[in-house]
Amino acid sequence: MHNSFSVVFEALPYLLKGAIVTSGIVIGAMGIGLVLGIHMAVGQVFGNRAVRWLVSLYVWFFRGVPVLVLLFLFYFGLFTLAGLNLSAFAASTLVLGMTTAAYQSQIFRGAILSLPRGQLQAARALGMSDIKAIINIILPQALRFSIPGWSNEYSIILKDSALAFVLGTSEIMARSHFVASRTYQDLPLYITAGCLYFILTWLGVRALLKLEAKVRIPGYSH
Amino acid sequence: MTESKEPVLRVDNICKILGGKKILRSVSFSLQRGELKVLIGPSGAGKSTLLQCINFLIPPDKGHVWLEGTEIQSRRKRDLYAFRQQVGMIFQDFNLFDHLNALENVAIALRKVKRMNRQAARDRAVAELERVGLGDKLELFPAELSGGQKQRVSIARALAMDPKIMLLDEPTSALDPELIGEVLSVIRDLARGGMTMVLATHQIGFTRTLADEVLFMENGSIIERGLPEELLSPNAGTRSRDFCSRLDELYAENE
Repeated sequence: MHNSFSVVFEALPYLLKGAIVTSGIVIGAMGIGLVLGIHMAVGQVFGNRAVRWLVSLYVWFFRGVPVLVLLFLFYFGLFTLAGLNLSAFAASTLVLGMTTAAYQSQIFRGAILSLPRGQLQAARALGMSDIKAIINIILPQALRFSIPGWSNEYSIILKDSALAFVLGTSEIMARSHFVASRTYQDLPLYITAGCLYFILTWLGVRALLKLEAKVRIPGYSH
Repeated sequence: MTESKEPVLRVDNICKILGGKKILRSVSFSLQRGELKVLIGPSGAGKSTLLQCINFLIPPDKGHVWLEGTEIQSRRKRDLYAFRQQVGMIFQDFNLFDHLNALENVAIALRKVKRMNRQAARDRAVAELERVGLGDKLELFPAELSGGQKQRVSIARALAMDPKIMLLDEPTSALDPELIGEVLSVIRDLARGGMTMVLATHQIGFTRTLADEVLFMENGSIIERGLPEELLSPNAGTRSRDFCSRLDELYAENE
């Protein structure tokens, strides 16, 4: 006979390892999304017609298809077809990364478009190429204004990462399910899983709030 | 004064159509070293578009621009960037970089465009900000500066690039009346120091005392040009004079 408290207590180190795996997926995915998303946003705002068309096609695809379908589609389909032999962890991270890239690109695009256009003109007038102006003038400001939206996206991807369970990634959800199916203590275990997700969300959002305050432009209210 | 010198800037036959409307109709003029030409005329006359066509922020549909006898090939990016470095531009609403303090606003192009090292760029930026009277505001960000201070930072930013000419697009139009003086006095110092400039403005008094030539624009053309005393004197009977007296009335009413 299992006591629910002792089950959770004994399973906790095992579940915390899951929290590390979850964090790995989320950090990896948000990182991929950041790099891809910035490039796509810049492409969509400043690129030629072909680039804009490609980016919007990408965004429509990843926004239009459920994450669960994407995970199966890539892991069992496209990655195999491409001859990639990825671990469940790597595949989950990559798919979530590509998905969040679509959303993040729109966060960054909105931020870029919200900047006063005159600053780009001033940078050009000083002899900067568009690339230099984007790197030195546009992005440092656009990224600052993106932090609230990015923080929201982080909390969404964190919870979407539970879907990685279906590929057999041993993150929080998979480990909770595994212990629950052996001890029949579903309620306390899923409450624990929920708490772990809540704590990770809280930590991340708080860290991003701190970052937002740290990089705030003095005297500026946006 | 030596005659028939090669002009620093020559602008020939600039035409621009925007949204189906002819904004500039074959505008031409040239600028000798040390000259200050003032563009006046009603809003919508094309003054701002003309200035932005000169450094190709707005690509002209037709026309040519020469700097010191060399025609600018605006399609060659490298030539275009090199040309723009030599043409300082001042905007009506300052266009400072909001995320950089006054010092960094001036230094950034020195570092990223002129490839100066951090210390050299800093020293130059400090010197330029001191020149416009902002030596004690180096660390302040645009949002912490008054309009007049912002415009002076933008003038320092342009001067730091050692421009051969300056284009000033209504530099005082966005300022509160009590802040106009500090910006005009910086521009006056530049004019007296021999800077070659094209200034679009509604400041008629300033134009009278400092302009070497007045260009009066209306409907996309320069319709009158001449010395300020010829165009703007009370009984000149010119379109420019008419326009200025209406501006004077407007300001008199406000007082």
